[in-house]
Amino acid sequence: MNRIDKRFRELKRKGKKAFIAYITTGDPNVETTYKLVKEFDRCGVDILELGVPFSDPIADGPTIQAASERALKNRVNIKGIFNLVRRARKASDMPIALMTYYNPVYAYGVKSFVKDAKRAGVDGVIVPDLPPEEAEDLIKASKGADFKVIFLLSPTSSPDRIKLVGRRSSGFIYYVSLTGVTGARKKLSPEILKNVKRIKRVTKKPVCVGFGISNPSQARAIARAADGIIVGSAIIRLIEKNLGKKDIPQKAGRFIKRLVNAVKDI
Amino acid sequence: MLPNKKGHFGEFGGKYVPETLMVALHQLEKEYAKARRDKRFKKKLKYYLKYYAGRPTPLYFAEKLTKRLGGARIYLKREDLLHTGAHKINNTLGQVLLTLRMGKKRVIAETGAGQHGVATATAAAMFGLECDIYMGQEDIERQALNVFRMKLLGAKVVPVHSGSKTLKDAINETLRDWVTNVRGTHYVLGSVVGPHPFPMIVRDFQSVIGSEARRQILEIEGRLPDYLVACVGGGSNSMGLFHPFFKDRRVKFIGVEAAGRGLNTSKHAATIIKGRVGVLHGSKSFVLQNRDGQIDIAHSISAGLDYPGVGPEHSYYSNIKRASYVGVDDKGALRGFKLLSETEGIIPALEPAHAIYHLTKLAPRLDKNKIVVLCLSGRGDKDTDIVKEALGI
Repeated sequence: MNRIDKRFRELKRKGKKAFIAYITTGDPNVETTYKLVKEFDRCGVDILELGVPFSDPIADGPTIQAASERALKNRVNIKGIFNLVRRARKASDMPIALMTYYNPVYAYGVKSFVKDAKRAGVDGVIVPDLPPEEAEDLIKASKGADFKVIFLLSPTSSPDRIKLVGRRSSGFIYYVSLTGVTGARKKLSPEILKNVKRIKRVTKKPVCVGFGISNPSQARAIARAADGIIVGSAIIRLIEKNLGKKDIPQKAGRFIKRLVNAVKDI
Repeated sequence: MLPNKKGHFGEFGGKYVPETLMVALHQLEKEYAKARRDKRFKKKLKYYLKYYAGRPTPLYFAEKLTKRLGGARIYLKREDLLHTGAHKINNTLGQVLLTLRMGKKRVIAETGAGQHGVATATAAAMFGLECDIYMGQEDIERQALNVFRMKLLGAKVVPVHSGSKTLKDAINETLRDWVTNVRGTHYVLGSVVGPHPFPMIVRDFQSVIGSEARRQILEIEGRLPDYLVACVGGGSNSMGLFHPFFKDRRVKFIGVEAAGRGLNTSKHAATIIKGRVGVLHGSKSFVLQNRDGQIDIAHSISAGLDYPGVGPEHSYYSNIKRASYVGVDDKGALRGFKLLSETEGIIPALEPAHAIYHLTKLAPRLDKNKIVVLCLSGRGDKDTDIVKEALGI
């Protein structure tokens, strides 16, 4: 069974919500990413999103744009990320999904991407610029391999699209909490809870909320309605503040621990 | 009729965008489908194109240039004579009228050379819409005149500092704005690029170039031309010229890409000639990229061609061999710039100057009874500083 499905099944049995963390692979370097993977697993992260850096990240705000630029300076590519996951799998069974724009996957070759990802121990992929309408090849390649293709919904999604994404998404559904790009926000819209409920009426698949969530109280509030919450930019910001220091994994770990506790403590 | 329902031109095109924008694209598709059947909309657009922008533009027989090159008869489609100085206004008037139909109060746009920014700011000023233009910092520096014009027209010019600081990054930033403000804002995309339905809408609005040219050449010469020549960055002026001739199988299309410092260097913008199929800015097309699928930084002396992508319909034309694509480098563009100024007393923009230089290769080897139509997409005032520096005048 796919690690993502397995994790959600366990969480459901315990009545707990998922905490999902995002980091850009290779920011500030691949070795730190490796240490972060191990640290996050230790801190109780349920699913890790490993970002594939891209030159033109149109869905990302300044924080993740900067992280991508730092990672690209280290020449991080998909092949290198597979190697990293393969190494991490020796010590960790934490579910891992790649978060990537479509062009790097297309350049790698969609079929080989799924095959090599699965073999390296990657459990699924999230492609923010690939709506289900254009994802036939990726869905086809993933089906036989039990590889998850996670699609997104947003506050502007129509009822038809909620149905479509509900059908096509596997693993979970990524609900984008706001109309906008990634990045920590001080205030989140009260509409989020209502919209998550609307989606959950249409599909039985887990619905996780990302974009904008930056602190434990926001995480706790949203986890009441959703099956999980996703934090990215707030972690990247912490990494950015500590560039050049050796204790990035420990510092990130302490931050993550507070978020995990907030999500689990409801 | 292409594109198909999903916005595909063969294997190219499509809608590769974040979920948040899918609704806006769908709304635009529906509104455009209604507008194109609406006689009142068509009449209104025609009115503004005629009395405000200055259509039809002349199809001018370039007698002196023809003589100098000593071959085919050369005609210039004078888009440089339009209000704001380039073909871009054809599209922005159309899209701003669509914006009003959708009840949106704000428009945003990217710009490279500044021509599309000026044309958007112009239409927004006239129709009373709020207008923000995203422009790469490098382009702001090399196109100072157009920056000033946009500000005069009441638009806000937002400098973009990320990546290559040129057109590609300006589009990224405009897309980010659109994702954020999608409910009340329309993105006036300036070329035949981006997600469906933009390549189709921009093509249709620019097709007025080719439809007029076709009628005019039949009037003047009594027959269709042998060649159409136009520069290709994103590809809107060339597609506007080519498309109405698509079914005229004997009319050959030549798209001229910017070869920058040379096709064998890494500094060029020859996307169809040197690129591979990929996904950039919402559609599948040829893209300049490295092996990992990271987008390359393009280079051209002309900001309007300095783009690592190209419209999906051009990629399609290239694949089915309906059009051929050639490269002209920075030096060639400067020669074309001087050549047209000296022979015809017309100072062209650096973008069509690439196409003019290609005529020096094409026209002399053609018989004197052959006809070539070139799209003179814009005038050169904006480029005088760059040319002055490059030629050391």
